[in-house]
Amino acid sequence: MSRSDVLVTADWAQEHLGDPGIVFVEVDEDTSAYDGGHLEGAVKLDWKTDLQDPLRRDFVGREAFEALLSSRGIGNDDTVVLYGGNNNWFAAYAYWYFKLYGHRDVKLIDGGRKKWELDGRPLSKDTVERPATTYRASEPDLSIRAFRDEVVSSIGSKNIIDVRSPDEFSGKILAPAHLPQEQAQKGGHVPTAMNIPWSKAANEDGTFKSDDDLAKLYAEQGYDESKPTIAYCRIGERSSHTWFVLRELLGKSDVKNYDGSWVEYGSLVGVPIEK
Amino acid sequence: MCGAPKQGGSLAGVDLSTQTVIQGSVWHDGTPVAGAYVRLLDATDEFTAEVVTSPEGEFRFFAAPGHWTLRTLAPVGRAERAIDAEVGLNETTLAID
Repeated sequence: MSRSDVLVTADWAQEHLGDPGIVFVEVDEDTSAYDGGHLEGAVKLDWKTDLQDPLRRDFVGREAFEALLSSRGIGNDDTVVLYGGNNNWFAAYAYWYFKLYGHRDVKLIDGGRKKWELDGRPLSKDTVERPATTYRASEPDLSIRAFRDEVVSSIGSKNIIDVRSPDEFSGKILAPAHLPQEQAQKGGHVPTAMNIPWSKAANEDGTFKSDDDLAKLYAEQGYDESKPTIAYCRIGERSSHTWFVLRELLGKSDVKNYDGSWVEYGSLVGVPIEK
Repeated sequence: MCGAPKQGGSLAGVDLSTQTVIQGSVWHDGTPVAGAYVRLLDATDEFTAEVVTSPEGEFRFFAAPGHWTLRTLAPVGRAERAIDAEVGLNETTLAID
């Protein structure tokens, strides 16, 4: 993998809108962004209603994912080009999710919706209909997903990266500051975790920093190349952004996203917490 | 969850005796700027959150007492302002020259 395999520029995206074999997909939690204007021909995925199980806290199962992609007109051989708001947090989450279910060719638009808007590029309000497909997903690739027991047993032995803001890491606030701060879980972080906020990997327009800058960032913060890595945030979407940087842009091996993240960890009875 | 909620509007349901709300609007040339990106930076200038302004140019954050910086980025330009917030409602305006 290299940057050009997994990341496309806004210019590239604009030139390839409507190309056969390429499906643009906007991923947001708040789909009113898509409804107010989206890339021409792009379909939408709702982070919550499409990608989360409606009952339990988990992904949708393999068959539900197959049905979802089939209904959106996405085929196994299509190149899926993801973008979204929040500096691509949810698009990066979807990228990781598509990889988990074995989609071969997935890319992110560098800078996502933010860069697109700041550039003043065109948005469309047209309804997008694509003919249904018969999508087939693979069994989930659990080599890129961490669960709570692995996180607890990795304390002091693996790179654990907390990608939340410093004030969340220290327990001063419990959620990103665009959300109310009333939460059930305890404040703080997993012992021995490094605090390398996702935002340090991005420029202000939402694009990723250069490979050289990214490599330097993690090296300076004490990333140990010889150890496996687990990234987490609050609910797993910002840590998908960092997972994308580490595994897809920098090519590091054995990097997992702990999507249970602080909402789960900070609510577990008896696990160690540092503040 | 981590998605950007609607900006502006009523504070009904928000407990201002415990929450530290930082809110306001972005202006340029005497009119509010819709769709501007506003980010909240902590006392060390590190990113804490970002929202997109409402059609009326409004933004809102739920922070903690302390020193913060607001920075806005929009196609018409950028602006920045520091704020010392306390528990309750903290209001400010960001003017893009």
